[in-house]
Amino acid sequence: MSKPMVKVENVGMAFDTKSGRFTALRDIDLAIGEGEFVSLIGHSGCGKSTLLNLIAGLTLPTSGNVICAGREVAGPGPERAVVFQNHSLLPWLTCFENVYLAVERVFGTRERKVKLKLRAEAALEMVHMDHAMHKYPHEISGGMKQRVGIARAFAMEPKVLLMDEPFGALDALTRASLQDELIGVMAKTGATVVMVTHDVDEAVLLSDRVVMMTNGPAATIGEILDVNIPKPRNRLELAHDPQYVSCRAAILEFLYQKQMKKAA
Amino acid sequence: MSAVSMTASNLAAEPLAVEPRTHAQAAATSETSAAPQAKVKPVPTPRYRAPLGPRVNAVLKKVLPPLFGIGLLLGVWAIVAMKTQGFPGPLQTWAAAVEIFADPFYRNGPNDQGIGWNILSSLQRVGIGFGIAALVGIPMGFLIGRFTFLNSMLDPLISLLRPVSPLAWLPIGLLVFKKADPAATWTIFICSIWPMILNTAQGVQRVPQDYMNVARVLNLSEFKIITKILFPAVLPYMLTGIRLSIGTAWLVIVAAEMLTGGVGIGFWVWDEWNNLKVEHIVIAIFVIGIVGLMLEQALLLIAKRFSYGNN
Repeated sequence: MSKPMVKVENVGMAFDTKSGRFTALRDIDLAIGEGEFVSLIGHSGCGKSTLLNLIAGLTLPTSGNVICAGREVAGPGPERAVVFQNHSLLPWLTCFENVYLAVERVFGTRERKVKLKLRAEAALEMVHMDHAMHKYPHEISGGMKQRVGIARAFAMEPKVLLMDEPFGALDALTRASLQDELIGVMAKTGATVVMVTHDVDEAVLLSDRVVMMTNGPAATIGEILDVNIPKPRNRLELAHDPQYVSCRAAILEFLYQKQMKKAA
Repeated sequence: MSAVSMTASNLAAEPLAVEPRTHAQAAATSETSAAPQAKVKPVPTPRYRAPLGPRVNAVLKKVLPPLFGIGLLLGVWAIVAMKTQGFPGPLQTWAAAVEIFADPFYRNGPNDQGIGWNILSSLQRVGIGFGIAALVGIPMGFLIGRFTFLNSMLDPLISLLRPVSPLAWLPIGLLVFKKADPAATWTIFICSIWPMILNTAQGVQRVPQDYMNVARVLNLSEFKIITKILFPAVLPYMLTGIRLSIGTAWLVIVAAEMLTGGVGIGFWVWDEWNNLKVEHIVIAIFVIGIVGLMLEQALLLIAKRFSYGNN
């Protein structure tokens, strides 16, 4: 593995609730290499989103530390861009303005307006949203909104891209086309990505490694699966790839035998 | 209107839904057989039009009930007027209204001016009082919404003062300003400020966490957070506050002017009572209602513009 971009060291996370202290995560150790695509998968409530928020710096761990590019994460920042599950576009800004807001924040001090505009346009072009650049979020479909969300994140040229179930709210066909889109963008940018998902196929299709988490409370990393299928991957060819089938089987086995949800 | 557009769009949707299917079939057949004759001719899509009968029906459904309502009002009014001494009926009032609105902008000294001037000076008082209330109330709402300490500090004060009728503040206004006109404006200020503070504060407290997370991830400056996220997110709430304020202000101004005198629709009502011109009072009631309705509708229209596709 190349030198780690993100290091999660012995991290634990507890929340104070009305009924006492609730331990969400414990003993998480994970190193993510530069250019690596890592998926976090597990049953709902296993704290995978919590782990992503810790890397994003949106919440801070109660024990251990998170290091990104050699520096401790003390809060959120544009070098760790987040694609939110519900896209989180600002409804009063057009698609272009949403992306431009991010671009301006990251590059505004160094570059001229013309250049900033080009950056925002290029990001939208990359996800094939240039035709709807000047539409408002409520005028486009859910899949298109998520494309803009991804464009906004990529336009910031982050060191790490964090995605919280980015395609979870989309129908299967839209999800597939956005996954393909993401494969294309990844091939172009070589970004480091951490993605939370509950979709086994998605995890295998996109990831270099799949981190499987045990059930909460006090969830931790159960197993880590290496997906050694060469990139770029094609979903049609993968369907009969023995390696793909065995990766998929390994995750399913983990989720539905070893971590079978009680009473669920 | 909704019924009309419903039928029209249903009919229009039919041929639209057909078209992609034929295209898909065309693609499928040409792929499998690759024969030129496999090209399916696109089905001509006839243009549907809602037949005249249902459309007229829909318009009638929309127009008739309000007409019945107005008719009922006029009927009850006419009967009451017949049975009551000195209470003008609809026709008598209409005749008086025609006379009044023939020359709404005359001036015969300070206490005898056209109804147009009376309405305008009432609106002016409302505008000034409300404007000052907005200048004070909206920033205060922002502060209360943003800082929990201020919220806890001012909440009991607001809860105590808000239920007080603004007219109770009128003597204080007269005492401080020594003049009737600013005292009336002062009551408008008092009654307008509460809805604006409370709604703005609520809007600030209800800015979705998602938007704030975007701001945090982008690490936006406080200025950008206010201009790009807080202000637009709070704007719909602010507009609700403004609409409620104007509504209350328009209620209160009539009462305030009855007490302070001068020029204004409230004073005019009282003056006409003293002159025993009851038909003018009835006209004033309609005029006050119509102006209030127009203010409300105008603000609803503005609010719709800034709802960001929510409704």
